[in-house]
Amino acid sequence: MTNCYHCGDDCITLIIEGDKNFCCQGCRQVYLLLNENNLCSYYNFDKNPGIKVKGKFASERFAYLEDESVIEKLISFRSDTQTNVTFSLPQMHCSSCIFLLENLHRINEGIISSQTNFQRKEVFISFNEKMISLRKVVELLAFIGYEPFISLNDSKEKKGIKFDRKQLYKIGIAGFCFSNIMMLSFPEYFSHGAIDEQGLKQTFSWLIFGLSLPVLFYSASAIFKSAFKGLQQKNINIDVPLALAIVITFVRSYYEIISGTGAGYLDSGTGIIFFILIGRWFQNKTYDALTFDRDYHSYFPLGVTVLKKGKEENIPATKLEMGDYIIIKNEEMVPADSLLTEGSAYIDYSFVSGENNPVPINKGEIIYAGGKQIGTSLQLQVIKKPSQSYITQLWNNEIFGQTKNAATSFIHPWSRYFTGALFLVAFCAAAFWYFHDPSKIWPVVTAVLIVACPCSLLLSATFTFGNMVRIFGKNQLYLKNANVIETLAGIDTIVFDKTGTLTETNLGDLHYTGIDLSITDKSFIKKVTAQSSHTLSKLINSSFVTNEIEQELPEINSFEEHAGKGIAAIINQVPIKVGAANFLDEKMHVSANNGSRVYVMIDHATKGFFEIKNKYRPGIKDLVNDLKKANYELHVVSGDNAAEKERLEQIFTSTTTLNFNTSPQKKLDYIKRLQAEGKKVLMIGDGLNDAGALMQSDAGIAVSNNAARFTPACDAIIDGDAVQKTAQFMDFAKAGKKVVGAGFALSILYNVVGLSFAVQGRLDPVVAAVLMPASSISIVGLASLLSSFIGKRKKL
Amino acid sequence: MSVLFILIGISTLVAAIFLIAFLWSVSNGQYDDDYTPSVRMLFDNEPESKKTTLKEKKTTKKNAV
Repeated sequence: MTNCYHCGDDCITLIIEGDKNFCCQGCRQVYLLLNENNLCSYYNFDKNPGIKVKGKFASERFAYLEDESVIEKLISFRSDTQTNVTFSLPQMHCSSCIFLLENLHRINEGIISSQTNFQRKEVFISFNEKMISLRKVVELLAFIGYEPFISLNDSKEKKGIKFDRKQLYKIGIAGFCFSNIMMLSFPEYFSHGAIDEQGLKQTFSWLIFGLSLPVLFYSASAIFKSAFKGLQQKNINIDVPLALAIVITFVRSYYEIISGTGAGYLDSGTGIIFFILIGRWFQNKTYDALTFDRDYHSYFPLGVTVLKKGKEENIPATKLEMGDYIIIKNEEMVPADSLLTEGSAYIDYSFVSGENNPVPINKGEIIYAGGKQIGTSLQLQVIKKPSQSYITQLWNNEIFGQTKNAATSFIHPWSRYFTGALFLVAFCAAAFWYFHDPSKIWPVVTAVLIVACPCSLLLSATFTFGNMVRIFGKNQLYLKNANVIETLAGIDTIVFDKTGTLTETNLGDLHYTGIDLSITDKSFIKKVTAQSSHTLSKLINSSFVTNEIEQELPEINSFEEHAGKGIAAIINQVPIKVGAANFLDEKMHVSANNGSRVYVMIDHATKGFFEIKNKYRPGIKDLVNDLKKANYELHVVSGDNAAEKERLEQIFTSTTTLNFNTSPQKKLDYIKRLQAEGKKVLMIGDGLNDAGALMQSDAGIAVSNNAARFTPACDAIIDGDAVQKTAQFMDFAKAGKKVVGAGFALSILYNVVGLSFAVQGRLDPVVAAVLMPASSISIVGLASLLSSFIGKRKKL
Repeated sequence: MSVLFILIGISTLVAAIFLIAFLWSVSNGQYDDDYTPSVRMLFDNEPESKKTTLKEKKTTKKNAV
């Protein structure tokens, strides 16, 4: 098999251009365009970097981009000679992509410049509207395989989300001040507070004083804000004890410096803030290119062809009104619940319900939003606005209104105990000194609170989880944030969707059962199925591709398609029937068992049937075994029919509950029921039909074969190939919690040492200055190394 | 020992210069994208002059049609 020069796919039908092979016209066209513009180095940076363009897009597909209100929403700047726009291009995957996308100006002169951001998978394009319209820009991108992901809903917010530079400013300033304060404090440490030259000592003190101010008021501001918010809501979060420790450290140090009684602990204080900021930055590194909170808007078509006074017109889907007549072409999605007024509809609801088989719809019947037409164009009358459609009602469920309550991190109760214990120690120390030397109460109490800062607890969690998010990401499980790890660690029940999650794609392998087909038979079947646009027909058609069959293609005498039933045709006077069981023979019944079979009858003799068997992902069987060994309760909910029941039972054995024909709403309710039983549920699913369940579950993982594209709202996105690693992921999440625990233990050890100095009233700034970085650095090291090590052990 | 005053001043000043350089680079957007530039620098600048010949080609093509 030769590989396509452009996209690297196997060439089923070979197209040769010069000395290069292509798998389809689309790929060849892109190559020609690049060749013409001298951009062929595209093929040098990566092997077969191209993206297969799946069929030509309809010419009117991007017509809505001519609507002024749409343009306004998308562009970020506009002048006479220049217009700027930023697109998200999920297909961007290699350096060749960057090369091509940054050289767009060489393809079209109207494009002034383009710049990519690979990690965000974005391209910034400035173009001249007089020479090329926004629509043409998008069409060009789509033509070369990078169709932008356009959403009119979040476009406004998106412009607002920029790289957070403030965090870096804060870290930079804190680092600068911390290191200089440390340096200026050295003389104090080495001379035990007895610097001969008085002026020098004072200069040092005041310089330190000055340097600490920006750290306290600027760098640490987020900690104070969060602590204040926590107190307002009567919730002691981790930032409250932290803020308290910082305030006490700084107040006592300022007092000492101003009164000239000591050097203070500002080196430790600023150091804490610096380390905490670094920890947060490390943990908060997220996957900019992925979106975790898409709702149905992102799935539905943005533009619709409307019939107004006999003329076709393109409008944005949001402007669709009840009673409008719309045109839906082949492979297009119905944007709103509508009545079929003209055309023969054959609707694929797999996207909405997970059901594999397209269903025929008669004139006057309702087609629900989210269905895809397969076949000829339809004319529909809209009966509900897109926002009130059947499928979108799922989003009216209250669960979508609330932000998911992140399970309260186990760090918070720990930090509360820690703070409680700390106050107890401080109180006891104060009581002790009250009887022995009352003048020492104030220094001892403050010293206790300074040295036993909860920051090391915090660091252990931020660095462990931050590192784990990266390890998960390397293995193609992209977490929304670090809190998801804790949720995963607490899961005891896992619910799988079938189609697209356990199985590889929506369509499976085609199997034929029956009498062997002769070449003539095959060519008959190929010819007949070529006439139909039914998914199964297409699949059968494309499965016969040998030259012998091609040569013998006969003439067709008559052809008749019965929507939803089958095809009847006559070739060379031989009657041929292809279709459902009861279409061939009325005595046969359609049951769940043979519902997805396509029978073939040639010359009144039933030859056999074609059947699509789901192709399960490799390693699913092992995954199920591993999960069962780890005592997880497993469930399967599928929107599809029960045809696959036997095979699923083989994989899951009888202890697993298998549910079929489950609607999106039922899936959500199913999760709810499990939760009501006190279970912590992880839902793994794909597609819109799982959206409710993903949202309702404690942790929802969306499966995607193309991580940057089309995933419903969820807590994590997993690449299809990585599903089989789920057991390892769960194991790793649990281990991660233990690593954090180990970090806690270590930090408590340091705290005990520090406290033993503090309660005796002997906490020199030197001791604090040694303990603080030592504990921070060793905990950071322990957390990162241990989590990396465990990841390696678990082969992640 | 009073030379120390000058030295401290200088050292803080040098450190401050680096801080300012860092802040400037952040505000300049140098940290916004830490991957793409590393790839971009590897692209050769191909001679743009070929474009004109291509344009000519295009026009001749059109004329031929």
